[in-house]
Amino acid sequence: MYRIDLAGTRHCFPDLKALLAAATPLRSGDQLAGIAAQSEEARVAARHILADLPLKTFLSETVVPYEDDEVTRLIIDRHDPAAFAPVASLTVGEFRDWLLNDKVRARELSALSPGLTAEMVAALSKLMRNQDLIAVARKARVVSRFRTSIGLRGRLAVRLQPNHPTDDPAGIAASILDGLLHGSGDAVIGINPATDNVDGAITLLHLIDDLRLRYAIPTQSCVLTHVTNSLQAIERGAPVDLVFQSVAGTEGANRGFGIDLALLAEAHDAALSLKRGSIGQDVMYFETGQGSALSAGAHHGVDQQTLEVRAQAVARAFNPLLVNSVVGFIGPEYLYDGRQIIRAGLEDHFTGKLLGLPMGVDVCYTNHAEADQNDMDNLLTLLGVAGVSFVIGVPGADDIMLNYQSTSFHDALYVRDVLGVRPAPEFEAWLGNMGMLDTHGRVAPRDIATLPLARAIADQRFMTP
Amino acid sequence: MSQVPADDPLARLRAATQARIGLGRAGHALPTRACLSFDLGHARARDAVWTPLDTDAVTAKVDGWPVCMVHSQAPDRATYLRRPDLGRNLAGAADLPSGPFDLSIIIGDGLSSRAAQAHGAALALDLRRRLPGWSLAPLVLAQQARVALGDPIAAAMGARFALMLIGERPGLSAADSLGAYLTIDPRPGRMDSERNCVSNIRPPHGLSIAQAGEKLAWLLMEGRRIGATGIALKDAAPTKDRPHVHHQSHAADPARPSAGQAVAGGDGDGGAFPP
Repeated sequence: MYRIDLAGTRHCFPDLKALLAAATPLRSGDQLAGIAAQSEEARVAARHILADLPLKTFLSETVVPYEDDEVTRLIIDRHDPAAFAPVASLTVGEFRDWLLNDKVRARELSALSPGLTAEMVAALSKLMRNQDLIAVARKARVVSRFRTSIGLRGRLAVRLQPNHPTDDPAGIAASILDGLLHGSGDAVIGINPATDNVDGAITLLHLIDDLRLRYAIPTQSCVLTHVTNSLQAIERGAPVDLVFQSVAGTEGANRGFGIDLALLAEAHDAALSLKRGSIGQDVMYFETGQGSALSAGAHHGVDQQTLEVRAQAVARAFNPLLVNSVVGFIGPEYLYDGRQIIRAGLEDHFTGKLLGLPMGVDVCYTNHAEADQNDMDNLLTLLGVAGVSFVIGVPGADDIMLNYQSTSFHDALYVRDVLGVRPAPEFEAWLGNMGMLDTHGRVAPRDIATLPLARAIADQRFMTP
Repeated sequence: MSQVPADDPLARLRAATQARIGLGRAGHALPTRACLSFDLGHARARDAVWTPLDTDAVTAKVDGWPVCMVHSQAPDRATYLRRPDLGRNLAGAADLPSGPFDLSIIIGDGLSSRAAQAHGAALALDLRRRLPGWSLAPLVLAQQARVALGDPIAAAMGARFALMLIGERPGLSAADSLGAYLTIDPRPGRMDSERNCVSNIRPPHGLSIAQAGEKLAWLLMEGRRIGATGIALKDAAPTKDRPHVHHQSHAADPARPSAGQAVAGGDGDGGAFPP
């Protein structure tokens, strides 16, 4: 039981997870789960208690029982006490102040991350304002590599997402070409397949890989199909660069996705065995999103943001090249409006970076959420300032397969321009060789018809499935 | 300064996709016309979510088929969007005739009243023609409905099958897509893996009424023969139909729907997430 007397009112919270839930900035998913703070005052009271809670508390008290949940066991068993030592004596509130101190920089944050558990980072983020989430994330530096480098200072990569409702190769190639001509694709060329089977995935993998090899594009490909499909594709000799999987923050929610940690480890090993990376062997790509565990009926009464950080702890175990939150995709019953989506996007990026993940964000929303492209502009700009490693690029921000709005190739150009950040260096060099950069190194708004790449891809013939 | 490519190599590829490619640029941004086109798509999708179902208009199109009106426990759209659970329960004691019937067809607003209004009645009539000998319950029009609202409705009417025709989550380029969800022995508590879905019913760009009617009639007859809906029935479906016919197995994948649902877009509360 946690209690505090504030301004003449006594506030009580039965356990740690109730305290964390009450301390969370308001969001519809916690209301739906019936665990949000009872009042604004109760929310602040919970934060007061949280601020005085020793960080060590999270090593002895769990929000999901150790015996029942392999994600909890992963978090506790992998905790590194030596890395934790610099902050071991601090409370959550003192930890916030410590992080904001000028003397704590990228090196200190990298050294610290194996000492942090998901729940510590979740608790911390609940005490942080948006500017704190930005300021500390900006200091963190997480670099991952396969054929490009993700997360270098001053760089912002883009996942080129050329989805098509029937996986039509020519339609997908058209969107890939459009993205490349806008300087997108350095994080990955990653397709969400419309038809969920191994044959379809292999066809798409060959499509991207052939383009990549023919035009010597320094990037990696991914078909975002279930991990078991990727395993079969690998067995059948398909060119699998990255293995993708959606992950969640509880064992039960992961079971709902048809995965467990052993399966992820098997897939990780299989992808590593192919040795397809040129400058690195970070071979995993994970997506997460607040609300997944509640949606799967496996949330254990824990707030969705804490569970999101636990999902990130799952991702951390497999040295991913890319991790992103699909922040506004899940819908208004979890994040109701632009304000909630923006807050969650900043949280997910911050917590991931602090745990040591190469964090991107799919800055996105659905048409039944109270949000629009202006909210996405705001979040994209804030994340750019926070040093987001990559964002998503979809033609015209309209994903015609998944029926939601993300960021466009144009949006990526905008944020690179206003913040002076550039593509991944390997990819930038390729853009230069292809004649797509102006004298300032910006992707030039030129007559694309004259570009050899455009001609070549446009003239190529594509098989109809 | 907006710059639209004069000799556009994308032109040849453009026919292969509805994606917004080759939009040109104004500096780093979209040209004005592309922005306005996007805004129009968003406005239409928003209106599809927020415009109430015009039950009179649907009733006028059902060729004299008796119609019952029901409402879920979600009193209004704002609550409906936040509380999917309320959208699955019937409000009050609905006055529904008791069967038994072979099939209860329900037209629900879901997340696009436009879809329900545009295609619901036509599909119901198409199915009636394809199912001679089936006893059909009065048509039910359901407001603030999620897919699972069909279960208590059909159970109350003693129907062997529930078929919920419901507006799917609207996309920017498709605000009027209808999903059809079939459940055998419907009752509250049915799981999503026990349903089959035919999605993207949206003439002229998606499935036509006739195509959807054919698939659904096949599912109904085969479902009656094997006594099941869901995974078992999906696996029996002709392969060519698979992209549009799926069971609702998946645990909700927040990150991305699995493929079937993606095409489905469709359970009336967001494609990826079972209602």
